[in-house]
Amino acid sequence: MKAVPIGSEKKRVVARVMKHASGDKRFKILEAHIKKFQGRQDSLIEVLHKAQELFGYLEDDLLLFVGYQLKLPPSRVYGVATFYHFFTLKPQGAHTCVVCLGTACYVRGADRVLAAIEAEAKIKAGETTPDRQLSLLTARCIGACGIAPAVVYDGATVPRQTPESAVAQVKGWLPHGP
Amino acid sequence: MDLDDLNTIAEKERAFHKKTVIRCCTAAGCMSSHADAVKAGLEKAVRDTGLGDRVEVRGVGCMRLCCQGPLVGVEPGGILYEKVTPEDAPSLVASTEGAPTKVARGNPDHPFFRKQMSIVLANSGEIDPERIESYIEAEGYRGLNTVLLEMAPKDAVDCVIKSGLRGRGGAGYPTGLKWATVAKTPAAQKYVVCNADEGDPGAFMDRSVLESDPHSVLEGMAIAGYAVGASQGFIYVRAEYPLAIKRLQTAIRQAKQIGLLGSGIFESPFNFNIDIRIGAGAYVCGEETALMASIEGKRGTPRPRPPFPAESGLWGCPTLINNVETLANIPPIIRKGADWYAAIGTGKSKGTKVFALAGKIANTGLIEVPMGTPLRQIVEEMGGGAPDGAKIKAVQTGGPSGGCIPAHELDTPVDYESLTRLGSIMGSGGMIVMDESTRMPEVARYFMEFCMDESCGKCVPCRAGTVQMHRLLDKIVQREATAGDLSTLEELCDMVRNTSLCGLGQNAPNPVVSTLRFFRDEYLELLRKEPNGEPAVTAGAAPAQNKEAS
Repeated sequence: MKAVPIGSEKKRVVARVMKHASGDKRFKILEAHIKKFQGRQDSLIEVLHKAQELFGYLEDDLLLFVGYQLKLPPSRVYGVATFYHFFTLKPQGAHTCVVCLGTACYVRGADRVLAAIEAEAKIKAGETTPDRQLSLLTARCIGACGIAPAVVYDGATVPRQTPESAVAQVKGWLPHGP
Repeated sequence: MDLDDLNTIAEKERAFHKKTVIRCCTAAGCMSSHADAVKAGLEKAVRDTGLGDRVEVRGVGCMRLCCQGPLVGVEPGGILYEKVTPEDAPSLVASTEGAPTKVARGNPDHPFFRKQMSIVLANSGEIDPERIESYIEAEGYRGLNTVLLEMAPKDAVDCVIKSGLRGRGGAGYPTGLKWATVAKTPAAQKYVVCNADEGDPGAFMDRSVLESDPHSVLEGMAIAGYAVGASQGFIYVRAEYPLAIKRLQTAIRQAKQIGLLGSGIFESPFNFNIDIRIGAGAYVCGEETALMASIEGKRGTPRPRPPFPAESGLWGCPTLINNVETLANIPPIIRKGADWYAAIGTGKSKGTKVFALAGKIANTGLIEVPMGTPLRQIVEEMGGGAPDGAKIKAVQTGGPSGGCIPAHELDTPVDYESLTRLGSIMGSGGMIVMDESTRMPEVARYFMEFCMDESCGKCVPCRAGTVQMHRLLDKIVQREATAGDLSTLEELCDMVRNTSLCGLGQNAPNPVVSTLRFFRDEYLELLRKEPNGEPAVTAGAAPAQNKEAS
């Protein structure tokens, strides 16, 4: 966020809030959700969860909107949004692939699974393919240790992955090279 | 709602049961192998064959042997089917009428099941976690009834003190003493918090309890609320556990509907409400002061203690923070008495402990054993040892804050003191078995990378120390380190342990220290050699200021 004199920043925020309230339906849904928490400032994390669920990621405008609604300074909202791993400030791909790197998955070869997907998709963990089709993420532990190594493809946890099975799974989401 | 109503609900539930019960595991492990489709298939098969009046299909919580999921159990007969597919459903349903089936059978008499002792997991795999009636049938909410109508708050605290129950989240602080401190701190508002931020990689006990028996945690919280004088509870649960969150929401809604949460519970003046707070992926939030900051909607950074949360916690009010498993122990303790509980376990560690067995081991899944059970019995007899004839090298307990116990110490009984003596900790109960192919310096580097990423950045020893230790470990693994680097690493471990603000930093060196203690040879082998074959001794490029700081 750029440094802007306080007064004009406030005007900008108000202008945005007005625009949002009349435009995008998702802001209305978010506003209703904030009302459910009676605008309590301690509901910030819950509200950000909802915002990310609605918009896919948290862009600056959205953070300002949340801050305005909860009467919190942008610094506080931005600070919380960047502290927690679950929140993302960048747009995600159409598909997501989360490789669990918990200890159980690690000793059962999750690092090789991740390397295989990285090589196939030509991106590193934490990145999204240039065509915005696939986001490759890692998790600390998804608690599926009994079926390690586990990978979550678009929200569905799949057990006992190998480099081959993982590549087969994401292949369809990648652009077909020459 | 009173005791009679509870009994009526239980009676109704009992009358509803059929002669044959097919239990289908619907916990997250089996769900990922399409257990929901298996359950739907079983229900359809029962409808199609018109056996609805004799056969009942019940979705239940974790049936423990996660590696063979989806699991299906059939009663009577105590039959266990493994790796069931939706296509197997018709054949399984037909088998209840005596037809043969080709579905692979598990062995319910295997030590994995036989050596377990279920208190926390008693209902897991038996009751339907999405129906409160099912929990009430299994003696549910009787403990809360007893406490509210027959015991003074002080009696409830005394009962927990007498039981000898200690916190199951890691540190092992006596639960009763914690309750007593909160109870005697005068305040108009107090809180009960359930710590369900199970962040240790390799641990999934709390997830299973929440998914399999959510009401036992709610009942435990309500009892705690009465004992300490709180009327509001929070469950702080990880966002990574969507199924657990869903089942908790269902459970809270049901309990409110029939008046087991809310105001005037069991027609007493006691009010208690529970709200769910969803974490957002920060390991440090398992630390109690960081967890409270997160519930307040702030960055999850810890603060110095004292004041302890029992005196000044959420919004400055006295707050009781207990782990999921601790709270799930409360209803059985109240129902069956403190003496019954205190008779289980060892001198200083009472009761049972749930462990999550994972890693290079044949039978992965959940086990619950009395405290003091030898590690060897757990990993070799129950866990079946390492798969494919490999040899067990070490068992890692306590996650990134714990240590590695070498194979020659496997006869150690599992209790708080014995594990601490070996440089590890009980932790929340994750147990990861490593075989000969696992290299210990790499394991230490793996855990240090974890702590480095998860350090919240508030205190310098942890923020900078974990980075430096990770660099040194990386150098060792890359075979570029000298003996000087190794001693710098040990100095740093000591410094970070003694000067960090919270448990994350204080325990971050544990995996390094414990692997250095038992597997030092592996480190020495990796040190850079001089051309003449002697280990290089010139000090590495480790920053000098760290040495001064220590």
